[in-house]
Amino acid sequence: MKKGDWFLIGGVLLLAGAALIWMQAAKTGGSQVVIRIDGRVTKTYDLMEDRTAVLEGIDGGHNTLVIQDGKAFFSEADCPDLLCVHQGEVSYDGQTIVCLPNRVVAEIQGGDAFVDEVAH
Amino acid sequence: MKERKVALYGLLTALAFVLSYIEAQIPVFFAIPGMKLGLTNLVVLFALYRMGSLDALLMNIVRMILVAATFGNLFSLAYSLAGGILSWLTMSLLKRSGKFSMVGVSVAGGVAHNMGQILMAILVLETGKLIYYLPVLLVSGLAAGVVVGILGGELVKRIRM
Repeated sequence: MKKGDWFLIGGVLLLAGAALIWMQAAKTGGSQVVIRIDGRVTKTYDLMEDRTAVLEGIDGGHNTLVIQDGKAFFSEADCPDLLCVHQGEVSYDGQTIVCLPNRVVAEIQGGDAFVDEVAH
Repeated sequence: MKERKVALYGLLTALAFVLSYIEAQIPVFFAIPGMKLGLTNLVVLFALYRMGSLDALLMNIVRMILVAATFGNLFSLAYSLAGGILSWLTMSLLKRSGKFSMVGVSVAGGVAHNMGQILMAILVLETGKLIYYLPVLLVSGLAAGVVVGILGGELVKRIRM
C-alpha cells in the first residue's frame, strides 16, 4: 500500500460520512408515496392511508406496494433480483424504493413542496 | 506473440463473463441498485496491469455486451457501460499517476463503478432522489475495492506469463 491509497480511502470515508450526516440532518417525515414508472408519475398515494396496490411496470412486470402505519414497502415483485423487496420500509421525505427491471420507483415526498407535481 | 495475446484476450473475457454470471447468482447482501461485489473487476484490474489500459477497456466492453445479450437487455447494458467505463477511466488515470498501489486503484474503480451506475439510474428513472444511496454506495465500493485490490495484487504477483 502506498500513501496515496490511504488518502484515497480516507477521502471516500469522509465523503460518505459527510453525505450521511447531511442526509440525516435534512430528514423529515413524508406524507405521500409517488409512483413513477419509466420516469413518468403514474400514481400518488397517501402515506397515512393503509392500502395494498399492485403496480404494473414495463414489460408486464408487477410490484406489490403496501402502505401500512405511515410506511411503504414492496411486499412482492416478479423481477429476478427482488432488490425492491429487500430494501424494506421507507417513510422519510426523499426516500425511494427502486425496481430497475420493471422501472418502477416509489418515492416518499413531503406535504407542501409536492404541490407542483400533483398539478400535472 | 500475437497468438498469445489473442488467446489471453479470449481467456480473460470468458473468465470475466463467467464471473458476471456467478456474481448475479450470489444473494444480495445489501439491497441497493448499483451495488456490486466487483468480481469481474478482478479480471479488468489484471488486464490493466498485465496487458494495458486499452486492452482492459476493450475486453470489458466485450464482456458487458455478452452479458447483456445473454442475461440482460439494452437498459442493463446502459447501467453496466456507465459503471464499467467510468471505473476503467478512473483506474487507468490513477494507475498512470503512479501514486497508488493496486488497492488504491481498485478502490477508486469500485467507487467510480457504483457512481456511474447510480448516475445512469438517475438519468433513466429521472429521479435525482437516488442520490440518497450515495453513502452506502461509497462505502460498499470502497470495501469491494479493497478486497479486489488485494486479490488482484496477489494474482499479478503469482501468475507468470
